[in-house]
Amino acid sequence: MKTFLTTTALALGLATAAAAEGELKIYHWFEYIPQELLDKFAAEYDVKVTMDTFDSNEALLAALKAGKMGSYDVAVPGDYMVKIMGDEGMLDTFTPDEMPNLGNIQDQWMDVDFDPGRKSSIPYQWGSTSFSVNTEVYTGPLDSLGLIFDPPEELKGKINVLDTSGETLTLASLYAGIPQCTSDRTQLKALNDLVQAAKPYWASFGSDVAKDVLVSGDAAAGMIWSGFSAKARAEGAPIQYVFPKEGMIVWMDNVVLLKDAPNRDNALKFMNFLLEPENAAAVTNYAAYTSGVKGVEEFLLPEIANSPESNPPADVKGVFVQACPEEVQVMYDAIWTNLKK
Amino acid sequence: MAGAAPQGASRSEIYRGNGGRLMLPVWVFIGIFLVLPVLLMAIYSVLTKEFRGGVIWDFTLAAYDQFFLNRGLFGDEPPTVEWTYIGIFWRSIWQAGLATVFCLLIGFPTAWFIATRDPRSRSVWLFLITIPYWVNLLIRTVSMKFLIRDTGPLNEFLLWTGVISEPLSLINTNFAVQLGLFYSYLPFMVLPIYAAVERYDFSLSEAAADLYADSWTTLRLIILPVVKPGIVAGCILVFVPSLGAFLAPDLLGGAKTFMIGSLIEEQFKGAAGNWPFGAAAAMILLSIVMGVLLIHARAQTRGDG
Repeated sequence: MKTFLTTTALALGLATAAAAEGELKIYHWFEYIPQELLDKFAAEYDVKVTMDTFDSNEALLAALKAGKMGSYDVAVPGDYMVKIMGDEGMLDTFTPDEMPNLGNIQDQWMDVDFDPGRKSSIPYQWGSTSFSVNTEVYTGPLDSLGLIFDPPEELKGKINVLDTSGETLTLASLYAGIPQCTSDRTQLKALNDLVQAAKPYWASFGSDVAKDVLVSGDAAAGMIWSGFSAKARAEGAPIQYVFPKEGMIVWMDNVVLLKDAPNRDNALKFMNFLLEPENAAAVTNYAAYTSGVKGVEEFLLPEIANSPESNPPADVKGVFVQACPEEVQVMYDAIWTNLKK
Repeated sequence: MAGAAPQGASRSEIYRGNGGRLMLPVWVFIGIFLVLPVLLMAIYSVLTKEFRGGVIWDFTLAAYDQFFLNRGLFGDEPPTVEWTYIGIFWRSIWQAGLATVFCLLIGFPTAWFIATRDPRSRSVWLFLITIPYWVNLLIRTVSMKFLIRDTGPLNEFLLWTGVISEPLSLINTNFAVQLGLFYSYLPFMVLPIYAAVERYDFSLSEAAADLYADSWTTLRLIILPVVKPGIVAGCILVFVPSLGAFLAPDLLGGAKTFMIGSLIEEQFKGAAGNWPFGAAAAMILLSIVMGVLLIHARAQTRGDG
């Protein structure tokens, strides 16, 4: 009898899925949206939602360039990648009438230079990239990127850095006081020397493991995104997220409408759905970053709203990662290859 | 007698005469899954790279130039030999070779042990060997990481017994990579050797013993030559996937240095976005593997003749 019931339930489930109004295909970062929110959207609009994940902006671009255009409706690139994808003609535009909740976007995130006036994208979450330190292992002052690039004795050989050249080399540039996308030879040489000298003190390179190595204790310090660090702390890692005096990376991830989206209408519905304060807050409560939507405050969990990771001191300098021109990017690639050879 | 093979025709001639059409599926399969992808790769490796991934359809050898010639960080110094990528290849070959040796050292006695049990328990042993491989490779590699980390069960146990007073740093070392490769590919060594040993006629060993051969001589002169095809097959099956492995180096070795696999991945997935270079590196890897297999094939033919 039980088997019969299960089978019937399965069959009904399949029938419902097949009868859904349409589909929505999302290309998203790993571990960045709660399943309940996807289910809520699916139920509210009677849409079958499928999602694939990527682990870096560059991986997203590569997959779309390698023939995935036309198979996804929306993707979630970071700020500079929105610009690159826009320049490559990979984004579709929408009109304000098609996005009733467009007015919910906070003013500071409306007229951004990577998508002026928000014609192809909406804010998803924003946060920072810096590093966290295990305060049981190291008890000294937590104020400088030097803890990663010129570490004290306690942290040597116990550091994880992000396995993407953009983030790691940008933080290194901040530490060395070198502007981004420089073509100045002395500065590039200095950047190369800096990371070469620091590498022997690093235990591992990893982005998707950035949280786990801190929780497990494999690493005593690690570059990490603000919300990921908050999650590590919530999972019991005795760590503190550092706001370095040299500055940190600030980024914003955005939901973009992809060109040739097979389900353009559902994509617009989904983007509009994410601009509802309650839904934006659900993402923030899950991912522990900060939303770019007005009126989320009342829906936020207090520990998320007040988390130290999301509330940097007013005087900390945050920079967006810049997309370098080709002739400069080649040199950064060479420094990265040289670092990992 | 129309249609019948002429007297004295060899078997291969018969197949060649009538089997052409029957072979069609094989040729289609090889065409679509072997020739076409390799051809595509070869073509991409001589195209001009497009910034941030993609190619421009202009012929150039720039990718191979980048692989073999070093023109300095800024690309304007007189060319010298580029050791970066050769070094990465050499490291991968060395790692894969070492993993093959370890697999052989453990795999041969294991296969021998299984093949010399009575037939009923043999299948149980084989079953036990294959059980871990029902689990996804990624999961197994991550589990290995849990086991050997500083706060993992292995270190906890050794600390508890008092053998060590400080946890052994095993994770993020070459040792960890070797362990991962060894664990991933051991059955590929055991199974072909088992198949060879199982067919071994043990009266040959008895004959050798009757002729006063000691056990070392019997192993060297009788057993090894007979089971050699199994050993060679096992070595190839372990060496080739180890060469392109990136799970073990990334998860257990800490991704501190590029292996062939991760170098190629970076060209397609990373900031570099240099598809022709990735294709060229893959072509060079393919040539090395083909070279090894050809040498093996030639040695085999010579051995048979």
